Amino acid sequence: MTDLTPDAAPGRRHGGSLLTLDARTRRRNRAEARFRAYGIGAILIGLLMLVVLVVTIVSRGTGAYTQTFVTLDVELLENKLDKKGTRDIEAIKKVSTFGYTPLINAAFETAAQKAGIETALKPKDQAAILSKSAAAQLRDYVLADPSRIGQTVSFRFLANSRVDGYLKGRVTRESIANDKSISAEQLDFVDQLIAAGMIRKTFNLDFILGSDASDQRPEAAGMGVSMVGSLFMMLVVLVLALPIGVAASIYLEEFAPKNWLTDVIEVNISNLAAVPSIVFGILGLAVFINYMHLPMSAPLVGGLVLTLMTLPTIIISTRASLKSVPPSIRDAALGVGASKMQAVFHHVLPLAAPGILTGTIIGLAQALGETAPLLLIGMVGFIASNPPDGIAAGLLSPNSAMPAQIYEWAKRADPAFYERAWGGIIILLVFLVTMNTLAVILRRRFERRW
Amino acid sequence: MPTLWLVLFLLLLSTLGFFAGRARALKSAGGDPRKLHSLPVYYGLNVALSGLVPALGVLAVWLLAQPMLIDTRVSSLLPEDSIPADLTRDLVMSDVRRVAEGLDIAVGQGALSEAEVGALKAGSSDIRARLGEVGVALGSDVRPEVLAAARSYRALSHTGTLVMAAVVAGLSLAGLAWSYARTHRDYRARNVVERGVLALLILAASLAILTTIGIVLSMLFETANFFGLHDWRDFFFGSTWAPNFRGDSELSILPLLWGTLYISLIALLVSVPIGLFAAIYLSEYAGKATRSFAKPLLEILAGIPTIVYGLFALLTVGPMLADIFGKGGALGVDWMAGATSVLTAGVVMGIMLIPFVSSLSDDIINAVPQSMRDGSLGLGATRSETVRSVVLPAALPGIVGAVLLAASRAIGETMIVVMGAGAIAKFSLNPLESMTTITTRIVSQLTGDTDFASPETLVAFALGLTLFVLTLGLNVLALYIVRKYREQYE
Amino acid sequence: MNDMSRVERAVEIKQTKMECRDCHVYYGDTHAIKNVNVDIEDKTVTAFIGPSGCGKSTFLRCLNRMNDTIAGARVEGSFMLDGEDIYDKRVDPVQLRAKVGMVFQKPNPFPKSIYDNVAYGPRIHGLARNRAEMDEIVEKALRRGAIWDEVKDRLDAPGTGLSGGQQQRLCIARAIATEPEVLLMDEPCSALDPIATAQVEELIDELRQNYSVVIVTHSMQQAARVSQKTAFFHLGQLVEFGETGQIFTNPEDPRTESYITGRIG
Repeated sequence: MTDLTPDAAPGRRHGGSLLTLDARTRRRNRAEARFRAYGIGAILIGLLMLVVLVVTIVSRGTGAYTQTFVTLDVELLENKLDKKGTRDIEAIKKVSTFGYTPLINAAFETAAQKAGIETALKPKDQAAILSKSAAAQLRDYVLADPSRIGQTVSFRFLANSRVDGYLKGRVTRESIANDKSISAEQLDFVDQLIAAGMIRKTFNLDFILGSDASDQRPEAAGMGVSMVGSLFMMLVVLVLALPIGVAASIYLEEFAPKNWLTDVIEVNISNLAAVPSIVFGILGLAVFINYMHLPMSAPLVGGLVLTLMTLPTIIISTRASLKSVPPSIRDAALGVGASKMQAVFHHVLPLAAPGILTGTIIGLAQALGETAPLLLIGMVGFIASNPPDGIAAGLLSPNSAMPAQIYEWAKRADPAFYERAWGGIIILLVFLVTMNTLAVILRRRFERRW
Repeated sequence: MPTLWLVLFLLLLSTLGFFAGRARALKSAGGDPRKLHSLPVYYGLNVALSGLVPALGVLAVWLLAQPMLIDTRVSSLLPEDSIPADLTRDLVMSDVRRVAEGLDIAVGQGALSEAEVGALKAGSSDIRARLGEVGVALGSDVRPEVLAAARSYRALSHTGTLVMAAVVAGLSLAGLAWSYARTHRDYRARNVVERGVLALLILAASLAILTTIGIVLSMLFETANFFGLHDWRDFFFGSTWAPNFRGDSELSILPLLWGTLYISLIALLVSVPIGLFAAIYLSEYAGKATRSFAKPLLEILAGIPTIVYGLFALLTVGPMLADIFGKGGALGVDWMAGATSVLTAGVVMGIMLIPFVSSLSDDIINAVPQSMRDGSLGLGATRSETVRSVVLPAALPGIVGAVLLAASRAIGETMIVVMGAGAIAKFSLNPLESMTTITTRIVSQLTGDTDFASPETLVAFALGLTLFVLTLGLNVLALYIVRKYREQYE
Repeated sequence: MNDMSRVERAVEIKQTKMECRDCHVYYGDTHAIKNVNVDIEDKTVTAFIGPSGCGKSTFLRCLNRMNDTIAGARVEGSFMLDGEDIYDKRVDPVQLRAKVGMVFQKPNPFPKSIYDNVAYGPRIHGLARNRAEMDEIVEKALRRGAIWDEVKDRLDAPGTGLSGGQQQRLCIARAIATEPEVLLMDEPCSALDPIATAQVEELIDELRQNYSVVIVTHSMQQAARVSQKTAFFHLGQLVEFGETGQIFTNPEDPRTESYITGRIG
């Protein structure tokens, strides 16, 4: 129907019915459908990545929240621990953890007999399924109350990471072919102990509250101390970045004259917001540690670096919420004789507060997940084994932080630590999701439409 | 923490000053606040602030300046021949500081008394062992010159801190007294306080500039030191990155720059098409429901910390790619040696940048006036034709700006490349090989034991400065383009 | 209204181009157009007048299905173009809009050259087989848009650099380059100064020879000057529809009279 004959004048084509699609329209509609499909595809890829990420984190990280424990009755033999029988604490202290190992070996022998387990393993190899911290745990128990010597006490020991991995399916008989720290016989022994109800996998609170452990004992490592480190850093960021950020925003938004200096400050702030975080780490290393001699690995330094990094974010969002307060409010205050400063502090600032708070929380969340600058000020590579005692120690004594702890675990080439790294990410994300949800709720609740 | 106590003391003084100033003002008005020029609270604030602000300012400056002055003094005490040939003055000074610090800790813990410290002799009593007991490990035995220097370092620090406390407290008291004396019913307290507060606001605003200056200066000085120790031509134009401890390191930025740019390129190849198409779909096709559902979900990807992406690269994407391209993999080829590679880091970084590109482009596409779309649709164009030939060309400058911002992000990204890219500096086109970047080298040169006198450590500052200049340039350009673009439609 | 006598009244019976029956439009819960019946004649200028928010623009946008692009808009009733329902499932709005072109309130040239602005429509509809034909189409459209003489030396200059009146005539040229059968104009002169308005009105009068033109305006003088038929909308309803002269001199409905005499609006 279309007159596409060669002699037809250009620009004339219609006259056909609307109800039939010509070939060209059909082709264009196909292109349209393709284009639309690309768009949907792009969104789906993005969402798919999110799903993959979440599923990976959850599936690989939840393992860290359960841990394998061995329940064992240990007889605290007097002839090993306190030969003189004086219960003199100094004498007992002289017995090193090495002296406790025979007790555990003996306990395994007794337990195996009692449960009717037949194994070719020597007691020493049986005891090797425990964490290397077992003897120390025993020693700490005895030192806390020497009067217990001579009794038989039931203990819950951490199993070592291979046994733990075996119960979680990470370690199999095939995968340990070249593994010196565990043998197939030991796994058989573990199977028998499971049957006897002596080995059990339970919820592991120590992962959330405990401290990091050396790279020989992944089963004992926890996030607790690094969480405290992060907390102290966030305190520093909050105490410094919020007032400074708000003050800077008030000046720029309400008082600053329009001149080149203000322009320079504004351009500066928007550029600082995009400076790579590692550059802030270099700044921290050079200024706070190398020049001002603040202690390495201290949460105070981490907090200072993150403050500088978060300030632009807070300033930008604070200015936006100050800007959203209509000028009529300022005029009203000025109209009843308030000074400019009073108008701002009595009226504009309270009205902008929810927005400022939201921006601050988002800035804090960003700082909480930041890792790169912490690497340079020494918050990685450090085993945070004790929680700080008091605020000054919390700020100044060396510590790690959640993301730095995760990185530390990821560096240790042991799948048991990988599981803990993913598990740590779950905790980190729980914090971030909580903070962001809080920000969203605040925004919804207090959002004002002028 | 004497400084903390000092600050608390200042706070206490000014609180007292607040009430005193307020009371005096009221008294001068016969107890009737209506006769005062300003509200009573401003008189109090005036006294409190004049007691606090100058004192705190001096304290801050003092804390910054004291270490530098003492360093110079003590350093000049060290005779030239006391510095061993294989060490520099800076290194000896760091020993001195460490010994002084150790002595401080020992005294603080009661392991040593001041008298014992004075009696310590470098040769006879083993300082290293004594300090080791209190947890300060020294690398070598303490030489007499160092011990002497450490003693004078301690003495100077003590005197400095004492003088500082005296000066600051004195200043605070003087400020309080001065403003208390001036407090009178006709005194314009509010105006003075407001001027003071404004000054504080300006100070806060200029902190941003101070930060930038701090960044630039700290890196500039160390970079200058680096170029004093290492040929700048090798840094900028050499072809090998091979740090070692023998002192003949080759430290060229070019292979690192290549790795950085290659990984960023792959990241952009992943994120720009996906992000852009997602933005187009969300702004041009999606209904309100889809938009309010998909947009925040995508933005979650932007809120995930980079350490998570790093772990994802190291433990998931890397091994997966190795399973496909590696030995005995799905394709039956042996193209990939390990899990770390340019592709690993690039793809993961691309995923991270998807929401960054999409939300920036979404804003920019939405800024194109609806009348343009109407004009095109009214002529019988399909939506995709409208997007391709009207919306995108109109939004192009803004999108270019967004891509530049994403590129700057990619270049400065650290954790993903530290965990996913590898550590081998080389020029290669194969995306399945591991390569290294500027940021990973900064991390590896500056973590662990850093020796600020060796070019292997200092090169990190030169790298940092280059990175800063590179990203800053991209940002300034991008922000300029985006701003021009917005002005066009405002 | 003394210039009304200038307008030539068409008395001969003309072929009906578009026929709209029982038309309703809803925006979400709002009933924007209520039961409107209008016939648009070929080679005639039909004006839609009425106070702001009366639905005249909404109704106009129904005629080439531009309302499809607005989320939540719903159209009922029959709209026939040459006897075919334009809301039929088989109809592609893209093909429809090639036949029923549109010019908008605010001049909206694309950020491209003048040439590319005009060539855009023919290009997407594939109306030219080579560059020479395209040149011919563009020149013809610009001539019909009465802007050729002003831009012929700078076809490569951006369309956004023209003055407001020139931009609107460029948009008209762009719309007629695809050779539509009906041309919809949504207050085409509201953003223009009086001189540019006069030029565009003159152009509309010329366009009448080739196209059926529907123009929405809130200027009664403009309706009187350019149109042969006038429809008066009020609160979403079509109050009165008829010969322009009759509507302005002897309206049947009291509401029309009130509007024309300035009591409502």
